[in-house]
Amino acid sequence: MALKLMKGCEAIAEAAIQAGCRYFFGYPITPQNDIPEYMSLRLPQVGGCFLQAESELAAINMVYGAGGAGARVMTSSSSPGISLKQEGISTCCAAEIPCVIVNMMRGGPGLGNIQASQGDYFQAVKGGGHGDYRLVVYAPSSIQETVDLMPKAFDVADEYRTPVMILADGLIGQMMEPVDLKLNPDPVMPPKPWAATGWDPKGDRERAVINSLYIETEDLDVLIDRLHERYAVIEQKEKMVETYNTEGAEYILCAYGTVARVCKAAVRILEEQGVKVGLVRPITLWPFPSEAVHDAIAQDGVKAALTVEMSDGQLVEDVRLAVNGCKPVEFMGKAGSQIPTAEDIAERILNMRRA
Amino acid sequence: MVERNIFAGFGGQGVLLMGQLLAAAGMMEGKHTTWVPSYGPEMRGGTANCSVMLSDEPIDSPLVTRPTSLIVMNRPSLEKFESKVVPGGSIFVNSSLIDVKVSRDDVNAYYVPCNEIAAELGNDKVSNMIMLGAYLGKAKCVDVETVLEALLEKLGAKKAKLIPLNREALLRGAACIE
Amino acid sequence: MATIFQRTPVLTDKPFHYCPGCGHGIVHRMVAEVIEELGIHEKTAGVAPVGCAVFAYNYFNIDMYEAAHGRAPAVATGFKRVHPDKYIFTYQGDGDLASIGTAEIVHAAHRGEKITTIFINNAIYGMTGGQMAPTSLVGQKTTTSPLGRDKDHCGEPIRIAEMLSTINGSAFVARTALNSTANLVKTKAAIKKAFETQIAGKGFSLVEVLSPCPTNWGKSPAESMDWLTDNMIPYYPLGILKEV
Repeated sequence: MALKLMKGCEAIAEAAIQAGCRYFFGYPITPQNDIPEYMSLRLPQVGGCFLQAESELAAINMVYGAGGAGARVMTSSSSPGISLKQEGISTCCAAEIPCVIVNMMRGGPGLGNIQASQGDYFQAVKGGGHGDYRLVVYAPSSIQETVDLMPKAFDVADEYRTPVMILADGLIGQMMEPVDLKLNPDPVMPPKPWAATGWDPKGDRERAVINSLYIETEDLDVLIDRLHERYAVIEQKEKMVETYNTEGAEYILCAYGTVARVCKAAVRILEEQGVKVGLVRPITLWPFPSEAVHDAIAQDGVKAALTVEMSDGQLVEDVRLAVNGCKPVEFMGKAGSQIPTAEDIAERILNMRRA
Repeated sequence: MVERNIFAGFGGQGVLLMGQLLAAAGMMEGKHTTWVPSYGPEMRGGTANCSVMLSDEPIDSPLVTRPTSLIVMNRPSLEKFESKVVPGGSIFVNSSLIDVKVSRDDVNAYYVPCNEIAAELGNDKVSNMIMLGAYLGKAKCVDVETVLEALLEKLGAKKAKLIPLNREALLRGAACIE
Repeated sequence: MATIFQRTPVLTDKPFHYCPGCGHGIVHRMVAEVIEELGIHEKTAGVAPVGCAVFAYNYFNIDMYEAAHGRAPAVATGFKRVHPDKYIFTYQGDGDLASIGTAEIVHAAHRGEKITTIFINNAIYGMTGGQMAPTSLVGQKTTTSPLGRDKDHCGEPIRIAEMLSTINGSAFVARTALNSTANLVKTKAAIKKAFETQIAGKGFSLVEVLSPCPTNWGKSPAESMDWLTDNMIPYYPLGILKEV
């Protein structure tokens, strides 16, 4: 295992290349610029193409064009830029275009700030763009996990013909950790007979129409039903979650991304004080691992759950839906890019215990 | 072993590099490590800082709120972070540029005239390596030669001629601790 | 019996949905015939816009995209970068290209993107019901300029071909019209030249076609041709603006 100390953004970019991504379209925005910078150097070396688009809108529509042409393609941005991309994300979902979108979340709303945040949870998992669609959303909590999820993200995008989002906070993009890149010189690319590549009327595939417009109600219903069925399969097969120390716990923390790591540190602090606390960490935010979250929190002996977020109470809604009222679920979080400390989290649990 | 360090100074003093070299050397010696650049409110005020953790165990939170060692290259950094250091921890002060002493008596303070030693070595740019050497002289968490190996990887073979100067800087820094 | 004329195989047999006297059908056929004549049927894809030509993907018998409003040049860019050995065109109206999609078209030209754009300028929004376009003439009455376009209020009409011809990445830019047989011949020749420019890898190519919209202009097809001749051509002069 060859470890390399890498910045998160660079590791993500290299992992995408190892997963067979050969096209990247993006627009600069802090704190994810290391991704396009890295891609601009590396993609030509592997016969790919990096293009700096004139806007986020153009970038996601280039992704639509390249994904529709059968390529493994990616774009990345940070919160305000992801807002701009929503038109294209909705289009790609409707047109069933596989692609990977990285969001290195920064503070919002509006221009917010450039520090790490988790304020885009709702946008990522509840829509963002218009219409009935879902995005598969992965929320890694370390650089190694991000690297490991990249091939999965591209495979899932291709398998289900859907955009996939990597939702990370800016800290994961900017920090450095040792990573094993698991070099893969020959990634398996599935055939895409539906793609626009130039059509031979005498050939054996149908003419490609990459489209999100279904003006007849009945036709749109067919699409929506097809997506609905596909999303049901994704919900069955693609949920990912980590549970940590949950058995016999008195309280359950629920968090994702960087904050989940801080929660683990809090679990240890509390352990030293004789308080058994567990953590349930969704790795897919959609499909949300409701069963695992429910089972961890509904256990006998668990008094309550606490979600910890770098946002003003977003994840907590899905956790409450998952437990459906069987246990109290409290929220602790700081918006505006304030990262809760392990000591703060431990203190909050101790307060809950005293109450 | 767990080292939770904050390196801080003006932009341009090489504090981010100091942290990266320590993290890379830690990795090369089989330790778990994380490097996190300035974040949150700590970003304000024109200082650059990074947090570096080294541990024999996998690292949960990469955020350093209570450092075991604070390495400061300028006075605003000392003022900003002094109170955060754990009791019994260490503060490494660049005494060339910081004209005050550590005010706490429950921490170990080390005064390293980084810029003066760098001038003696004939290159102002190695003041950060002198400071890193001082830290390593105390913490002894990675070998100086591993740090140089990490530096060589960073510089590339073309700049290998800079290694002896940097070795000298690391050793002079370490000598300040003894 | 000798065949002296047949429909180009680059069009499907789906009947056009366009209004009587509309120019889209004419230009669709010209584009399709050019693709056939150049022998690039199997190597060409197209991008339909949002606007009256939104269903162009039903008519061109080639791989087609439908793009979000204004984004066709970005979509074509994505295709072209993946398949540099294939050809692609965007087919866009004045709302799509000259209003919501100005950034995309300007930057596609600026990059010298090796794509071809067919730009239908009929000085009005058709599909949404006759609203003012950026290319609507001063004084022209539309559903959002009911008293006529007031230049002090919303500016003068934008001349896209002139603007794009100033950009280094543009290799061929022409403006033609559908108002006479001679101009129809010139239009098809310009479209052919634009595709040839792409095939030669010279850069971005665009043909702006002045085209009638009888329905939304509130005129008969014949009156529309006269209005185009008398009002549009003086403001939008015809000709090849750039050729490298």
